Amino acid sequence: MKTGERKKKTGKRAQGYIYNGGIRAFPHNLLVDIRRNKLIYVCLVFILAFFAIFSYAPMIGILMAFQRFSPAKGFFKSKWIGMENFKVFFTGPYVGRLIRNTVAIGVLDLVINFPAPIIFALILNEIRQKAFKITVQTISYMPYFISSVVACGIVINFTQAGGAISVLVGNLTGGTSENLLNKGTLFWLIYVLQNMWQGIGYGSIIYLSSLSSIDQELYEAAYCDGAGRWKQTLHITIPSILPMVSMMLIMRMGGVFSVGADKILLLYGPANYKFSDVINTYVYRMGMLNQDYGLSTAVGLFNSAIGTLMLIGTNKISKKLSGTGMF
Amino acid sequence: MVHYKKSPSRIIFLIFAYIFLIFLAFVCIAPIIHVIMGSISNPTYLGLHKGLVFYPLHNVDTTAYKIILKYEKLWQGYRNTIFYILAQCLVTGVCTVIAGFVFSRKRFFYRNGFMMVIAFTMLFNGGMIPTYLVIKSLGMVDTPFALIVPGALSVFNIIIMRTSMEGIPDSLEEAARIDGANDFTIMFRVILPLCKATFAVIMLFTAVAKWNDYMSGLLYLPNRTDLYPLQMVLRAILVESSQDITQSSSDFTNNAQLYKKCIEYAVIVVSTLPILMVYPFVQKYFVTGVTIGAVKS
Repeated sequence: MKTGERKKKTGKRAQGYIYNGGIRAFPHNLLVDIRRNKLIYVCLVFILAFFAIFSYAPMIGILMAFQRFSPAKGFFKSKWIGMENFKVFFTGPYVGRLIRNTVAIGVLDLVINFPAPIIFALILNEIRQKAFKITVQTISYMPYFISSVVACGIVINFTQAGGAISVLVGNLTGGTSENLLNKGTLFWLIYVLQNMWQGIGYGSIIYLSSLSSIDQELYEAAYCDGAGRWKQTLHITIPSILPMVSMMLIMRMGGVFSVGADKILLLYGPANYKFSDVINTYVYRMGMLNQDYGLSTAVGLFNSAIGTLMLIGTNKISKKLSGTGMF
Repeated sequence: MVHYKKSPSRIIFLIFAYIFLIFLAFVCIAPIIHVIMGSISNPTYLGLHKGLVFYPLHNVDTTAYKIILKYEKLWQGYRNTIFYILAQCLVTGVCTVIAGFVFSRKRFFYRNGFMMVIAFTMLFNGGMIPTYLVIKSLGMVDTPFALIVPGALSVFNIIIMRTSMEGIPDSLEEAARIDGANDFTIMFRVILPLCKATFAVIMLFTAVAKWNDYMSGLLYLPNRTDLYPLQMVLRAILVESSQDITQSSSDFTNNAQLYKKCIEYAVIVVSTLPILMVYPFVQKYFVTGVTIGAVKS
């Protein structure tokens, strides 16, 4: 087949390619495509190589979860041991508390920190005084720009015995000021509140922008029909941002059990492992500190498999309910 | 805006709304003020004081700043982080523009197919240890490359760059081609200037992420503390309460231990204030960035 001339306009089919050829036409079309877009394919080779090395190679490396991996022997020569690593993890002493902590922190974070920016945005939206509104907005984004190390440093400082929050709590409960991070399940709440402190303003940006795009005439019409401010919120504002809310919810639901290690690694310590150790921090300790690569990968695989299932599941549910999904 | 008369319930609501928002703003900013004021307070009084500090206690004491000024590791971390940010922005910028260009070309027949291959990595990833082993087998551990190369491309950046480039009319490219421009000229001279906003957003997010990042230092620089980014140095001081800084200053003041709190606060101020100063100017881009991100994903 002769290679056709370069495609001139979009929408028209380019000549030279076999359409509707299915997978069998792929080699032919690819050759035609390469001949026409040499430079694009040169770049593409590098892009694909990058993802092959930094994304797909680690994915293959997950198979270590089924190995007794030894760094000396390497991936290809290590012994295959089937589900042994998973067995070790699930019969080990820590599995219960790891799963409990991960679920508790993940769910608490979702339940508190998902609605918080929405409520904040809704309240801020009611304020008509521009200067006040902008000031509050600007201040509320500020903590987002503090790095997590510094933010966690501040939290540790405030919650240790004699710290500002610790003293306040001590006064309120009538007790003495003690290290709040080590007080059992309080760790979960501190972690979630710390996330809220950093994220509430930043998280509200998206909702504020969708609130500002609501057609003002709707409000005028509702007002003429005798709807008060509350009714307007209920019947105009909330339905208008609902698609955005449901989309953000799907995105968060997917990651609800993938509680990140980075902030917890900063906040936790042996004194509160019982309530602060989550799957990802355990993966870090097993892998990087104990060099037990196989077990660590197995635990990580368990966590990310659940994450992927959650993502696909919530996406399916949302497609059924609202007809929209991410993919 | 509709102008309506305020009912009593509305007024009560507004009062609560104002109180709530003022409280929230206070909570957001109080720790920052506490840290700034604590860093210049008299250490003895700071130690005795309970609760938040809103003004320098007793007298303005800048000894803590003098101590950290002499603490070479902090400034080394600072320099490293600035280098990492610049290098990362350069690498990510060039790579993302090229990738966005490649995947936005309509004459590229299989662009969606190859995009799917890449986008799949968003759904599933190898996890900490396999990624570490790959980077180790590339010989990148304990080199600055480990902190920069893996972040060169991200699916997310490619998608927003591509979407923004797709919005540019083809006629511009054709006109440039007739004038004799090649692909690279078109990419950097014609298309990139029209995607400036998206590009700026990607740069900004890249820079902030790099600034924030301590995990890659922790994972990939086990033996090279001299290459540590600023956040790793801060972690040692703030989280692990390392005695290094108070000991290093023993020649400066004989009771550096007394200044421990002040030093911690001063370190926070020195490492955070520059960002907070810049931030009002880039806030606009941040808002655009978040909106783009949410729409595209």
